[in-house]
Amino acid sequence: MAAQLRVYRQKIKSAKTTKKITRAMELISASRIQKAQQRVAASNPYTTAVTKAVSAVATYSDVDHPLTRKVENPKRAAIVVFTSDRGLAGAFSSAVLKEVEQLTKRLQDEGQEVVYYLVGRKAVAYFKFRQRESINQWTGGTDVPSLETAREVAEEITEIFNRDLDAGGVDMIYLVGNQFVSMMVQEPTTTRLLPLEIVEEETASEDIFPLYEFEPEVDKVLDTLLPVYIENRIYNKMLQSAAAEHAARQKAMKSATDNADKLILNYTRLANQARQAEITQQISEIVGGADALSTVSED
Amino acid sequence: MTNLIQVNVVAADREIWSGEASMVVAKTAEGEIGLLAGHEPMLAILAPGPIRVTAADGSKVVAETEDGGFLSMEHDNVTLVVRDAHLVS
Repeated sequence: MAAQLRVYRQKIKSAKTTKKITRAMELISASRIQKAQQRVAASNPYTTAVTKAVSAVATYSDVDHPLTRKVENPKRAAIVVFTSDRGLAGAFSSAVLKEVEQLTKRLQDEGQEVVYYLVGRKAVAYFKFRQRESINQWTGGTDVPSLETAREVAEEITEIFNRDLDAGGVDMIYLVGNQFVSMMVQEPTTTRLLPLEIVEEETASEDIFPLYEFEPEVDKVLDTLLPVYIENRIYNKMLQSAAAEHAARQKAMKSATDNADKLILNYTRLANQARQAEITQQISEIVGGADALSTVSED
Repeated sequence: MTNLIQVNVVAADREIWSGEASMVVAKTAEGEIGLLAGHEPMLAILAPGPIRVTAADGSKVVAETEDGGFLSMEHDNVTLVVRDAHLVS
């Protein structure tokens, strides 16, 4: 009986320790979301400017650039997977990986070969465990993405896109990562990066592009702009993913804390019950003993 | 008041400087260019080098870039997009 009580007390103690940790992580994530969102906001002027410039060029020239040229029968596609470095963020990374699997299946059904680029330790671990190949990996710093990493990724995938198919080049490049929708919702999304679709950001009314003068020629401008645009898209994806990661972690840690609370409550009840049972038993033993004694003395 | 232009200098991760200015001097791929209010719309590639902005109050702002970028000018709005720039003064 006493042993039972001790087990319950141990469980309560362990749940309390866990709760302290999850609570701390929840608070840390909460403060980091803010920072991550600020970073997204801080990079917005750049994104807007780049997108605007690219669509301006696109509207005034018949865009025929290697990076925008569509291949009739794509043979090979690359998927860039954006996950987190650390776990304890609910379904954050597994949702992305599931999306990747779906996309892979779809592409393979279309007869395309799929190659991978991985960002984040979780994706690397997933691939390693399944002994699957990937061309390159970037780990570390997914919660505070750096521009350098974005640039490296951009350079590498632009290079493989421009390469001939026979030399291991690819025809399509997809990005799969989490999109920060709100504090509660993070959505794994797939976007096709290359060949580029010039998506014109909701062109506000009367926002018709003026007749630009280009310096140097249009083609040269496009040559310089497109890599910048690609890099920016990747950087943006990484920032979004970082914000989503913190939000997902906060959510996961909040429910972990709530669960710990529930566990503590249940175990406390059980422990009280066990204690009560113990007392009751002791009383009945005493009463029984006294009863037995009095019967003996009466005789 | 003379004509002013709205200037934004943005880097990939933040806005570096924005405000009204009377003149912007930057180095493009083809040479230095000075922009005043009423300049025709243009899109130019920036070469590494200083970007000099004469603010509306006459003070000078200088930003330095090692990487280059591009600038767009339309309706007296100048956006200088540089990947990694920093203010020098």
